[in-house]
Amino acid sequence: MKLMSMAQAIERFVPDGASVAMGVALEPLIPFAAGHEMIRQGRRDLDLVGPISDALFDQLIGAGCVRRITAAWVGNVSEGLGHCYRRACELGVPRALEVHDHSNFSISLALWAAAWNVPSLPTRTLLGSDILRMNPDLSSGDGLVDVRAVRPDVAIVHVQRADELGRAHAWGPLGITEEAGLAAERVIITCEELVDPEVTLSDPNRVVFPETKVVAVVHEPGGAHPSPVQGHFKRDHAFYREYGVQSRSADGFEAWLRKWVHGVRDRADYLKLIELDPIRITQHRPSAPADFGFE
Amino acid sequence: MAVASREIRDGDLVFVGMRLPVLAYAVARNAHAPTARGLFEVGLMRDQPAAAFLGTMGDPPNVAGALWATRMSNAMALMAQGRVDLGFIGGAEVDRFGNLNTSYVGDPHKPKVKLPGSGGGADIAILSRRWVTLMSHERRRLVERVSFVTSPGYGDGSPGWRTRNGLLGGGPTAIITTLGVLRFPEDGGEAYLESVHPGHTVDEVRGETGWDLKPAPTVKETAPPTGTELAAIRRFDPEGFWTVTKA
Repeated sequence: MKLMSMAQAIERFVPDGASVAMGVALEPLIPFAAGHEMIRQGRRDLDLVGPISDALFDQLIGAGCVRRITAAWVGNVSEGLGHCYRRACELGVPRALEVHDHSNFSISLALWAAAWNVPSLPTRTLLGSDILRMNPDLSSGDGLVDVRAVRPDVAIVHVQRADELGRAHAWGPLGITEEAGLAAERVIITCEELVDPEVTLSDPNRVVFPETKVVAVVHEPGGAHPSPVQGHFKRDHAFYREYGVQSRSADGFEAWLRKWVHGVRDRADYLKLIELDPIRITQHRPSAPADFGFE
Repeated sequence: MAVASREIRDGDLVFVGMRLPVLAYAVARNAHAPTARGLFEVGLMRDQPAAAFLGTMGDPPNVAGALWATRMSNAMALMAQGRVDLGFIGGAEVDRFGNLNTSYVGDPHKPKVKLPGSGGGADIAILSRRWVTLMSHERRRLVERVSFVTSPGYGDGSPGWRTRNGLLGGGPTAIITTLGVLRFPEDGGEAYLESVHPGHTVDEVRGETGWDLKPAPTVKETAPPTGTELAAIRRFDPEGFWTVTKA
């Protein structure tokens, strides 16, 4: 049985010290509910892998869950700086971090290298950048940069719909979702809608990962808030702004964490604190169906 | 913002970075570049600007009506092939040779300020055919040499630095600030002052710049936003989210 609660999925598949890829679609579909459950369960020493993560990595860093960041960018996209990331790197608060800097392109290549089971992939990006000096996973020679494979223990991905056997449909831009899922040892799907297999299998082109990689399916409506989910929720800009303001100080961040993470039991409880109507998408634009006829 | 949009030529494929460039692209499309296309690293290509306000490139209005919704590595493939004409990169610090720092202020092993990082900035700086950066004009941001090169411009400023180091794209063409436009020579090197925005002076701009900024033989006044440009800014940023200074 792959279908389980968020608490069970995190308990079983995200141990202390795990490397975890999240936020792999960039700004949309960020699995905030999964990150918050890791904080509630007191995970430690995580290696977070991703492109930009829009505030999720900042929250896990502030909560003391993180040992290493392997990412292109950590902050708050519409607001700017990641204040918890700053405190960790500048002051070691709540703890010091090891940072493996990437660009968006190079983190994608690092995951493709792992997906294809090769030690590294060559690229021309990052030539002339000091990022090469800082990250031991990058080296250069003969006019090329060598990007060493990054293999996460688990990728956690929020999607619009999935079935209980792990066939997930996501649409809109996918960022580095596919390479993250293929590179990772296992995949946890969190979904807005739990649907029958006949829905997912009606369009196998839209299935993002091989079901053999998926170890858990969590039905978690609103699990990506405040990030957007095409067809379901707009991005909650005001929520990001409020987080940006409150997280400026360590005390402000602690208060934020008490209200939004420790003060709620689960995502359903969290959603009771939010006025969802202004961000709910109500004008739907379904695509034309593809015809899979065969005789 | 209007000034940034003028860097977009009609027909350009523009790699639109995070934040302000999203608005610059929308303004250009509505003003002077009706056949430009935008490429977004999240994995999107568009022609028409989104029909509603965007806080990020991944917002749902940017996906509806897109020409292509795909994965990041496909968007990067076009840039790696030299098919992206222009990129935009924001930065915290820039130097006279156009090198950008968005990573570490001070010693990177013990930073005074940890900035968010490259995102796609380094990729744009190295691979797009030309690029432009947008910056608040302050002495602490326009510095003699950046302490960390996240996104390389013309390196140490010596002739041919980019070619020698294997960088594919042509490099930065302008630094657009809140006070004026700094332009780079055709063959790269050091930025000079091309124009100052209305209400500002050459001395003021030079005073707010951390190196001895050389003015062009004739420094122009930046043309103020046209009616079309202003109308587009108001349409795509109705509440001043991007264009009104935050406290």
